[in-house]
Amino acid sequence: MNDLALLVAATLAAGTPLALAGMGLLVNERAGVLNLGAEGLMLVAAVAGFATGFTTGSELLALIAGAAAGAIGAAIYGWLVIWLNTNQYATGLAVSLFGSGFSAFVGIGFVGKKLEENPVTGVPLLRDLPVLGVALFRQHWTIYGAVALAGGVAWFLYRTRGGLILRSIGESPSAAHALGYPVRRIRLVAVVVGGALCGLAGAYLSVIYTPLWVEGMVAGRGWIALALTTFATWRPARMLFGAYLFGGVTMLQLYLQAAGVQVPPEFMSMLPYLATVLVLVIISRNPLWIRLNMPASLGKTFFPGS
Amino acid sequence: MTAPRLQLEQISKRFAAVVANDQVSLSVQPGEIHSILGENGAGKSTLMKIIYGALRPDAGRILWNGEPAQIRSPQEARALGIAMVFQHFSLFDTLSVAENVWLGMSSSISLQQVKDGIRSKTAEYGLELEPERVVHTLSVGERQRVEIVRALLAEPRLLILDEPTSVLTPQAVEKLFVTLRQLAATGCSILYISHKLDEIRALCHQCTVLRGGRVTGSCDPTVESNASLSRLMIGAEPPRLVHREATPGQLALRVNALSLEKLDRFGTDLHEVSLDLREGEVVGIAGVSGNGQQQLLAAISGEDPRAPDAAIELFGQPIGRLRAGARRKLGLHFIPEERLGRGAVPTLSLAHNMLLTRNESLRFLGWIDRQALKHQTASIIERFKVKSGGPGAVARSLSGGNLQKYIVGREIDAVPKVLVVAQPTWGVDVGAAAQIRAELLALRDAGTALLVVSEELEELFEMTDRLHVMARGRLSPSIGTSAATVELIGEWMSGLWPTGPEDGPGASIGEFP
Ligand SMILES: Nc1ncnc2c1ncn2[C@@H]1O[C@H](COP(=O)(O)OP(=O)(O)OP(=O)(O)O)[C@@H](O)[C@H]1O
Ligand SMILES: [Mg+2]
Repeated sequence: MNDLALLVAATLAAGTPLALAGMGLLVNERAGVLNLGAEGLMLVAAVAGFATGFTTGSELLALIAGAAAGAIGAAIYGWLVIWLNTNQYATGLAVSLFGSGFSAFVGIGFVGKKLEENPVTGVPLLRDLPVLGVALFRQHWTIYGAVALAGGVAWFLYRTRGGLILRSIGESPSAAHALGYPVRRIRLVAVVVGGALCGLAGAYLSVIYTPLWVEGMVAGRGWIALALTTFATWRPARMLFGAYLFGGVTMLQLYLQAAGVQVPPEFMSMLPYLATVLVLVIISRNPLWIRLNMPASLGKTFFPGS
Repeated sequence: MTAPRLQLEQISKRFAAVVANDQVSLSVQPGEIHSILGENGAGKSTLMKIIYGALRPDAGRILWNGEPAQIRSPQEARALGIAMVFQHFSLFDTLSVAENVWLGMSSSISLQQVKDGIRSKTAEYGLELEPERVVHTLSVGERQRVEIVRALLAEPRLLILDEPTSVLTPQAVEKLFVTLRQLAATGCSILYISHKLDEIRALCHQCTVLRGGRVTGSCDPTVESNASLSRLMIGAEPPRLVHREATPGQLALRVNALSLEKLDRFGTDLHEVSLDLREGEVVGIAGVSGNGQQQLLAAISGEDPRAPDAAIELFGQPIGRLRAGARRKLGLHFIPEERLGRGAVPTLSLAHNMLLTRNESLRFLGWIDRQALKHQTASIIERFKVKSGGPGAVARSLSGGNLQKYIVGREIDAVPKVLVVAQPTWGVDVGAAAQIRAELLALRDAGTALLVVSEELEELFEMTDRLHVMARGRLSPSIGTSAATVELIGEWMSGLWPTGPEDGPGASIGEFP
C-alpha cells in the first residue's frame, strides 16, 4: 500500500513539468502558433533558474527567473514568427537547437554543483492522513499550482470572452482581424505566456525535481509536452490527465526496475510518442472531433490586409 | 447643412496585375442608403474594404463627418462606428452563432444577453437563427443571416453591406429592407452592393456606378428602370433568355425514397426523397436554405456516401456509396454553393484549380502537361469573360462574381452527362448571369440532365422545365414550371403540397413533425 502511495507521489512530481509546459503550449497553440522551440526554452530556463537559485539561495526567485527566461525566449520567437513572418516550424527547431547549445555553454560552471534542498512542507493537517497523505499531500506547492492552472486555463478558454477571442484567432486570424481584433499582439501575448510556463517547467526540473545541473537535463520533456497538446486535442483537462499519465509511465519504469523486472529505459521513453500516435489514430476516425478542437490556423503565418 | 458622414476623395488602389480603384470619389450623407453598382470586378469590394480599413489605398483621402480620418485597420474603422458584411463570409466555423455575434460586439455585453438578443431580434429582422448552433453546420443562406445580424447588432453609424442578399429568400429580403430603412431613419448611413437591380431600386436613395475601377456615373435609382440601370452598368441590356421546349430523353439520375439521418445535431433528416431527372431537361429545387438541400446535394454529389446503394441511380447504375470522384468519372458533375473552399482552393492558381475536377491535361502517371493546362484554363477565362490576372492568378484574388463564373465555366466546359448546380449565379452581375443561364440551357439542349438548387425563384422560373420544392427534409412532387405560380410555390415551401401519384407514401398534407 505504501509502495503504491509512493508511486502516486512520484508520478505527480514527474508529471508536473509536463503539465506546466503542456498547458503553456496549449494556450499558445490555441492562438494558432506552434512553438517547436519548447525543449530549448525549457533548457534555457532550467539553467537560468539553477544559476539564480545557486547565487541567491531562493527557490522562489529561481522559479521566477526560469519563467522570465522562458518568456523572453518566447518573445523573441514570437517576434520572429508573428512580425517577421518566418516559418514556424524552422524557427521553432532553431530555437530548440539554440537552447540546448546555449544552456550547455552557460551551464559549464555549474556542472556537478547542487542546490540546497528545502524540506517540502506539503498541505498542513492533510499531510498526516494515512496513505493519502503520502500519496497526495506531501508535495511541493508547484504541483497543486499545476492543477489549479489547468482549472484556470479551462475556465479562461471556455467561460470568458478573452478565451473566446483567443480561440477565434487560432481558428481564423483573418476573420478576427476583420472584426477589429489585434491578431498579432494577442498571438504574441499567448506565445509569451506559453514560454513563461515552459520556463517555469524547466526551472522546476533543475531547482525542485533534481536540484542539480546536468547538461541536457530536460531530456525530451519539451517534445513530450508538444506531443501532449495533440494527445489532449487541445483540451486542458485532458492535458492534465495526459501529463500525469506519462509521468506515471516514467515512474513505473523505475519501480519495475527496482522490483527486478527488466524493461529497457529506451523502450519506456518511446511510449509517450507511441501513445500519441495511437490516440491520433483513434480520434482521427471522427473528423468532426478534430475539426471542433484543433485550431485551424495552427502553424500558418498570418498576413494582415491580404 | 451637416457634413457628409463619409467622403472619399480620389481613392486609388492597384494590385499587381489590375487597377482595382482609379481616383474614386463619392460622398454619403447621414441616413442615406447609397448603392454601389458595377459589373463583376469593377472594384466595389475593394473600395468597401478600403473604407473598412481592411485594405490600404495607394492614394486618396477619407473624410469622416467632415474630418480627415486615417483608417488603417478594421479596428480603427469599428471604433468610428463602421460595420461591414463581407461578400465572402468571415465567420468562425467551430464557434456557435451567438459566439460569432458576440465577437462583433462591445465587451460590456454578456453572452447570455447576446443569445436573448438574437432570439428576440432575429424574428423581427426576418433572419431567424438558433443561437446555439455551430456555424459549420449552417447552410450558406443561414451563414449570411449570421453575418447580417452581427453587423446590425453592432449598432453602426455606417453599415457596409457587400452583396448581403445573394442567398437570402425574397421574404427575408423584404423584412431586411424594413429593418434597414428603420436603421437609416435613425441616421445610420448604409453602403449597399447588390447585383439584384430590383433591390437597389426598392431600397436605395443614391447610386454610384463603377466601371473598370472608375466612377462612370451616378443616378437616383428610384426613378430608373432595371434596363436603364443595366445600361449604366454594363453598357447594354442583358440578352433575354430564350427557353425552348424541353425534349426529355432517357432517365439519367434517379433518387429512390432516400432517407438519411442528419450528420450532426442540427442538420436536417431527409425523409423519403424521390426525384427523377432525364437527359435534356432542367429540374429545379426551390425552398428556403436549411431545409435539407445541403444534405440532399451531399448525398447526390458523393460528398456524403452514406446513402444505401440503390437509393441513388445514375443511368440505372446504383451509386449511393460511390465517392465524388468515382461519380464524376461516370459523368456526374457538381457545383457546390460554397465557392471558396469547396468549389475552389483559395490559395491555388486558376490553372491548378482546373485539375480539381478536370483531367484532360493529365498525362501518363499523373504528369501535368502545363502547356495544355494553361490553354484549357485560358479558354474558360475567355469564354466566360472571367476578369483575372490570367491562368496563374490565385483563386482568392478574383472578385466574387468572377470566381463564380470560372467555377461554373469549368463544369459547363466539361459537358457532363448530369450536372448538379447549387446557386449557379451567386454574386454574378446581370450580364454574366444571363450568359451562365444561357450556357446551362445550351448544355441541356445538347442532352445534359441538369438539377438546379436555388433560392432565387425568378431564376428557377426562367431556367427550369420542372420544379420541386424542399421543406423540412421532404421533397414535393414536381410540377411543370409553366404551370407553377409564385403563390403556389410559396405555399409548398411551408410544406403544404398535395399528395399526388408521383408522391412517396410518407407525404401527405400537413403531416410534419
Ligand atoms: N488580393 C488581390 N490580389 C490581386 N487582385 C485582386 C485582389 N483583390 C481584388 N483583385 C482584383 O481587383 C479587381 C476588383 O475586384 P473587386 O473584388 O473589388 O470586384 P467587385 O466589384 O467586388 O466584383 P464582384 O461583383 O464580382 O464582387 C478584380 O479584377 C480582382 O481580380
Ligand atoms: Mg465584390
